[in-house]
Amino acid sequence: MTEGPERQVPPLEDPPAPTTTAGRLHVAQRAGGIVPPVLTAIFAFLMGGLVILASGANPIDAYLGILEGAGINWFWDHLGNTDVIDLSTFNFTQTLLRATTFALTGLAVAFAFRCGLFNIGGQGQYTMGVVVGVWVGAYWGDALPSGLHVVVGIVLAGVAGALWAGIAGILKATVGAHEVITTIMLNWIAFWFASYCFGQGGPLQNRNVGQESVPISDSVYDNGVFIPVLWGDEGLQALHYGIFLAIASLIAFYLVINRTTLGYEVRAVGFNPDAAAYGGISVKKNFFLAMAISGLFAGLAAAVDIYGWKYSAGVLDIQASTVGFVGIAVALLGRSTAIGVGLAAFVFGALDYGTTRGLDPEVFDPTLAGNLSLMIQGLVVLFVGADLLILYLWNLRRKRFASPRLSGKGV
Amino acid sequence: MTSLAENVGVSLVTPKRVGIAGIVAGMVAFWVALPPIHVRNVVVPVVLAALAVAAGVYATRAHEVRVGWGAIVIGFLGLGGAYLATRSNMESLEIVFTWSTLIASMFVFACPLMFAAVGGIFSERSGVVNIGLEGMMLMGAFWAIWGADRTGNWVTGVLVGMAAGGLLGVLHAFFSVHLRADQIIGGTAINLLAIGVTGYAFVQFYGTENIPAGVSQIPRLQMRFLEEIPIVGDFLYGAFGRLSVMIWIGFIVVIVAHVVLFKTPLGLRLRSTGEHPRAADTVGISVYGMRYFGVTLSGVLAGAGGAFLSVGVISSFNENMTAGRGFIALAAVIAGNWRPFGSFFFACLFGFSTALAFRLGDAYRDSVAGLDVLAQMLPYVLTLIIVAGVIGKSIPPAAAGKPYTKQ
Repeated sequence: MTEGPERQVPPLEDPPAPTTTAGRLHVAQRAGGIVPPVLTAIFAFLMGGLVILASGANPIDAYLGILEGAGINWFWDHLGNTDVIDLSTFNFTQTLLRATTFALTGLAVAFAFRCGLFNIGGQGQYTMGVVVGVWVGAYWGDALPSGLHVVVGIVLAGVAGALWAGIAGILKATVGAHEVITTIMLNWIAFWFASYCFGQGGPLQNRNVGQESVPISDSVYDNGVFIPVLWGDEGLQALHYGIFLAIASLIAFYLVINRTTLGYEVRAVGFNPDAAAYGGISVKKNFFLAMAISGLFAGLAAAVDIYGWKYSAGVLDIQASTVGFVGIAVALLGRSTAIGVGLAAFVFGALDYGTTRGLDPEVFDPTLAGNLSLMIQGLVVLFVGADLLILYLWNLRRKRFASPRLSGKGV
Repeated sequence: MTSLAENVGVSLVTPKRVGIAGIVAGMVAFWVALPPIHVRNVVVPVVLAALAVAAGVYATRAHEVRVGWGAIVIGFLGLGGAYLATRSNMESLEIVFTWSTLIASMFVFACPLMFAAVGGIFSERSGVVNIGLEGMMLMGAFWAIWGADRTGNWVTGVLVGMAAGGLLGVLHAFFSVHLRADQIIGGTAINLLAIGVTGYAFVQFYGTENIPAGVSQIPRLQMRFLEEIPIVGDFLYGAFGRLSVMIWIGFIVVIVAHVVLFKTPLGLRLRSTGEHPRAADTVGISVYGMRYFGVTLSGVLAGAGGAFLSVGVISSFNENMTAGRGFIALAAVIAGNWRPFGSFFFACLFGFSTALAFRLGDAYRDSVAGLDVLAQMLPYVLTLIIVAGVIGKSIPPAAAGKPYTKQ
């Protein structure tokens, strides 16, 4: 690998068959295992450090501040002890809150990815989930007993996300419209739809006396529809039981992808749609299902946010939210595997909270740091996309050891 | 109109033409209810729309499915629009459908799309899919207003914006061409990066305040002589007489792009690397060089489009102000079949829908609560429909999205 310029090494044959993004990533993953994603993350953080340096702060202090803001010091302060409520505990629960959401939006990208589709519409699917979740939770009165009400709300929010993504799935399956463009358009349609719902005079704007001009919805909490608290102080955005929904989703993702016919078909279409079709798998059906299931995860992310700790939604929340886009970085860094998505969700949860609310403004300006976290996401995505470079190096090394496994198959 | 097309000699009437005539009839159904014709009776639009739907059904039966369904959908949409128009008060209608203002406004919204779409064509024709147009526009938007603010001159501002877009273009080219990274993922990364970089720089340079007022703005090109023209003078002046300089540059860019792509050796080489890179390589064309050129140029042009948004329209910057326009431009590229004039047409269509959305919101804000917000969906819905409708008809460059390995 240290032998200098590319030109001197014997040229590769055309890159081994995979034509779809999912297929290529799969090969890259086989080639590098866990090493490339970790290197990718480290490299992205190093670049972020350069940016901090350029803006005149000390990157090490800033990163330590971000770590502390994310409550990572909880691990050495109170590991295993959930009774102490102090700043590090609070920050840590906030990190987990965000990781819960990101795990679900990450799955929303990952599932479609395994089918060779790039769902960058997680944001819109999440937004539709928020609208439906708020509507069910705060505007259905006490039509249902509160326990059932939460469950129905979660399910319907998930369905809303699934339907929204399903539109892109149907368009992909029937006329072949590229999901990247359609999902982005659906994001913006959802954005304006939600802005209308929660906005001035909108159908879901709050009914509280004296708040007629505030563009925010009623609270599901006040209606008694919410997910109970697991850890922390109920009045202070504590961690709720929704984290188990995220964990269950990760497990379900693993099982469906690896242990069911549906998962097999989805992966087959992801590697090579033509070959899958030749093998008798309906590509169209799987395109639609993969998108709908992806949307389901994004809708669930909205449900755990609304019923777990946000309780209401406003126009400003809709505008500021980027959880769907974080999901892209989470899925790519996590290589669209269940465990990878879980870990990456934790990393980005920590980064998100650590760079915004949790960050001590004395150390580094949180408004700057918030954008820094966006940049790091971008860099992670950039380098993950580029790890064919790593595959290339890996392939060379394998060739040198004359192992035919990777290069010999399916070429 | 439809009846004409349907009754003319047999040889002229193909199912496809009937379908197209149906589409036209559907549009006319709406149009007659608008100023200046103002048909207040709903019967005329109903007849026209019925003709459109009938033509659509006929075309669908004759296996012209796409055109046929287009006519049916547009027939119903035309009928709905016309019905609403006849029910609306005249004043609001006049506000929305002052055609000269509407067209001028259309060009304002179409201009950034034109630049970005032409950029997208160069990138994709060279064989690199550019999802990152959005981010390149955003970079252009921020750095242009920064440049204009620092130098006090819009020209340098726009140039700085173009350079910033071009820089992201070079980055995208490096990852797509040399590192052979996945181009869709790379483009998404470019978009995320651009949001982060512009947001960071915005806070760093301007803190909590916004861009100061009075930044040098792109001037309008005043063409008073248009008013002198009899009858249509007022309309022409209203529509074309006060357009921004940048819009006229945009028109020129579209024409030049067409000439370069289809009439010069450079364009032939660029297209060949996008269609069959190995063949191009064999005859001595530098595939990497052409792709770097195409992608970088797309960044520069998208940057110019973004610059128009900030320095040309609102003289300010908001985080993520491009609001999906890069993707709409990409849709215009696809719908326009990777040709400058085709994309120009769709850029104008999307611009028109945005202009319409704003005017609808203005005119009916008091009578229909929240319409001004809901109307904002219009360009995105239209893009969705058009992307769904044209795919399959338009053929992308054969090698777009596929990395090339030099032999």
